[in-house]
Amino acid sequence: MAENQRILVCAGTGCASSGALPIIDILKEEIKRQGLEETVSVVGTGCQGFCEKGPTLVIEPQHILYTRVTKEDVEEIVSQELIKGERVERLLLIDQTTQKPVSLMSDINFFSKQHRIVLHNCGVIDPQKITDYTERDGYKGIQKALKEMSPEEVMEEVKKSGLRGRGGAGFPTGLKWGFCRQTPSDKKYIICNADEGDPGAFMDRSVLEGDPHSVIEGMLIGAYAIGADEGYVYCRAEYPLAIKHLEIAIKQAEEAGYLGDNILGSSFNFRLNVFAGAGAFVCGEETALMASIEGKRGMPRVRPPFPAVSGLWGKPTNINNVETWSNIPHILRNGAEWYTQFGTEKSKGTKIFALTGKVNNTGLVEVPMGTTLREIIFDIGDGIQGGKKFKAVQIGGPSGGCLPEDMLDLAVDYDTLTQAGAMVGSGGLVIMDETTCMVDIARYFLNFSKKESCGKCTPCREGTTRMYEILDRITKGEGKEEDLDTLENLAYTIKETSLCGLGQFAPSPILATLKYFRHEYEAHIHDHKCPAHNCTALLSYTIDTEKCKMCSLCAKNCPANCISGDKKTNTPYVIDEDKCIKCGTCMDKCKFGAISRA
Amino acid sequence: MEWLTLTIDGREVSVPKGTTVLDACRMNNIPIPTLCHAPELTSAGACRLCVVQIEGMRNLPPSCVTQAAQGMKVETQNPKVRQARKIILELLVANHPLDCMTCQKMGDCSLAEYAYDYGVTGEVYQGEKRCLPIDDSNPFILRDPNKCILCGKCIKACTEIQGKSILDFSFRGFDTQVGPAFNLPYKESDCDFCGSCVSVCPVGALTEKQMVGKGRPWEVSKVQTTCPFCGVGCNFDLNVKDGKVIGVTSNPEAPVNGKALCVKGRFGMDMIYSDNRVTTPLIRKNGELVPADWDEALDLVASKLGEIKKTYGPNSIAALSSAHCTNEENYLMQKFMRAVIGTNNVDHCART
Repeated sequence: MAENQRILVCAGTGCASSGALPIIDILKEEIKRQGLEETVSVVGTGCQGFCEKGPTLVIEPQHILYTRVTKEDVEEIVSQELIKGERVERLLLIDQTTQKPVSLMSDINFFSKQHRIVLHNCGVIDPQKITDYTERDGYKGIQKALKEMSPEEVMEEVKKSGLRGRGGAGFPTGLKWGFCRQTPSDKKYIICNADEGDPGAFMDRSVLEGDPHSVIEGMLIGAYAIGADEGYVYCRAEYPLAIKHLEIAIKQAEEAGYLGDNILGSSFNFRLNVFAGAGAFVCGEETALMASIEGKRGMPRVRPPFPAVSGLWGKPTNINNVETWSNIPHILRNGAEWYTQFGTEKSKGTKIFALTGKVNNTGLVEVPMGTTLREIIFDIGDGIQGGKKFKAVQIGGPSGGCLPEDMLDLAVDYDTLTQAGAMVGSGGLVIMDETTCMVDIARYFLNFSKKESCGKCTPCREGTTRMYEILDRITKGEGKEEDLDTLENLAYTIKETSLCGLGQFAPSPILATLKYFRHEYEAHIHDHKCPAHNCTALLSYTIDTEKCKMCSLCAKNCPANCISGDKKTNTPYVIDEDKCIKCGTCMDKCKFGAISRA
Repeated sequence: MEWLTLTIDGREVSVPKGTTVLDACRMNNIPIPTLCHAPELTSAGACRLCVVQIEGMRNLPPSCVTQAAQGMKVETQNPKVRQARKIILELLVANHPLDCMTCQKMGDCSLAEYAYDYGVTGEVYQGEKRCLPIDDSNPFILRDPNKCILCGKCIKACTEIQGKSILDFSFRGFDTQVGPAFNLPYKESDCDFCGSCVSVCPVGALTEKQMVGKGRPWEVSKVQTTCPFCGVGCNFDLNVKDGKVIGVTSNPEAPVNGKALCVKGRFGMDMIYSDNRVTTPLIRKNGELVPADWDEALDLVASKLGEIKKTYGPNSIAALSSAHCTNEENYLMQKFMRAVIGTNNVDHCART
């Protein structure tokens, strides 16, 4: 039995929703009951990243990972792992290649192939304790800035680091700060954009939940460099735990003298407010976000003036997202030179991706810019679920695009992805296999964009609905010959004439799928077939009379009562296509493989 | 003043610094379609119909909010620009009723004008169409949200001209509407019924209710006049058909008020043909008001005032004038009282 062990139980939103919170309490009780409270401590941490396998817990110092832990497993973990030092095998991760259990995080590709800078504290510290943050060099960045550097030197350091905005567009952060710093004003604001809205992306939530002080420290450094004395974190209201942890962290930082007047004995003052958004995706756009803070309807406005000139309440304002701010303390602490060793020539540092979809390991992964899609999906993600064939990866959420198999070796950075017709965006990576219909995927994302359009500019308001309607028609087999031309013309016009990024990038899923998977569209329209056998309206089920043993199992299980036949009268079993609801139950139930889908 | 030279459609033009590309085009008689732009309102850049192509700029920027710059090369009519505008118009028309024949706005509708210019059929995008109730709750403004193209000018007119902020967008995306808070009918909102919203509406979504069915724009002659209701001196156009005033519309050139009017000026002209209107002086004889001619009436007033002044002195007389009077009339009234009657007892109904 190892001395002084720590058990890190993931208590982020993902694991909490799969039952992590009671585990922490029961674990503490069990440790006490078995007399280990002197040597073993339990820490509820932020997201450890391996959400699909949650609740997860890690035993330190050995870094043993347990997955899908339940309340019932606690006693065994304590008596077997903590007392005897033996693994509870059934709770270990199964390596998909070797089909053997692995216990050490260093042996698990999902962790060992990542490079964690922003996530360095996530899943390791108790986010509700400022001391956990300071023990791991927290607030050393702002100390260095205030004591050793002028605001100009801080700005130079960030410029030299090559850090680009992690919100998706990849604008150089130092340059952006410079615009705001140059604008003369008696008051300036900085804002942290935590209105993370892309379906599937949750890195900003995890950073705020798991390491809120890193965001506060990043903002402090930014405020010092820019000359701002007040900041806002605009966090979506759907992230209650992030807001809670942030508010606790702000209070602790105020008490410790990191926020307020004369910070660390200097003349630098900074106050930080939290503002909960009201649920609009478009409020992630900076001008809409500021309108929302001002109490107005969250709608973007034309730029110029840019926020750096006239932003919140008409004052110069600098906005960066959570991940960008969270990079800053590391750059200050370790220097720009250290930071530039990670990444590609034009995209420095790391990027967190939310890996989801038909991949074995789903969760949050942080990798250096320039890592290939293949490494992310097949090494870290451990390949496609159920041994199926990889088809495409949607990058950058509803504003991004799908890339096909022959682009798997693309080194991911801002520029390569944009060139390929996708974008880094928020960092969502949705993996699709051969059963995914690309027209349906485009339809799914357009449904999102049309619902989230604010309604201000014509192309986005009217156009996203029309694009959705055309896609919906195609997936129902009602596509017309001219639909692809109409769709493409519409998509380009919306891209080129919309007011904000939401509209400009809403057609991306269509343009990318048309570029790489045009044949799937054509199959739907010309042949009335869905090559992925996904679009229900285009499926037809038939019974092969040669293979059919007339067991009647299909007919008995059919919820629509559309299968008829009789063994006694030797009447073959047939499916009435008019009545069939294409549920596939008959095919699943048939033991002889007599039913096929086309 | 600093001047900039730019090239628009191959033509070199000079404009003062601070001019938008749209204004630079209009100053030089280069037509650009706009739906959400009005010179008296701040620009929203929302309808995107005024897009142009500018060398070196990403996408197709809207000319109404793009500042002209030295050496800028602008294309306003190339196929790409016209195609984008046509698609935007097709999108608007696809969600707009095609009952132009009976629409009050026919002949004065910007959407119809541009749709015609760009050969829009309204058939390209078949799908969902709005079907919202018409607001017929008040005597002045007829609001048909189905015809609204969401340009937002009414919102800006209400906020920036009238200062009332009754209107704003509600709902999102395709479901976006314009209206008072909580989607209340105009009548139940704090609306003044100044009709500024109507004056800027480019389509038939907001119309003067009194004029519906009374005349088409091409049948109407517009007669500029000064509002008789008060002394401010607002100008507007009387809309006259067959020698009869059928209503009032704003005259954008009005020097005092521009397009702004109050409810009385814009919607109060039905008094012209009112049976209750007093058209001759009335003299009370034996307890009854009897019509009289002006000479008789003025003689009576002059003799009575003279009598009172002689018997009781000038300070026994006072005059109260009306806000309906012009400045000049009010001036004359006080002059008469001071110089002819000899008293300072003058007052005005709008003084308090």
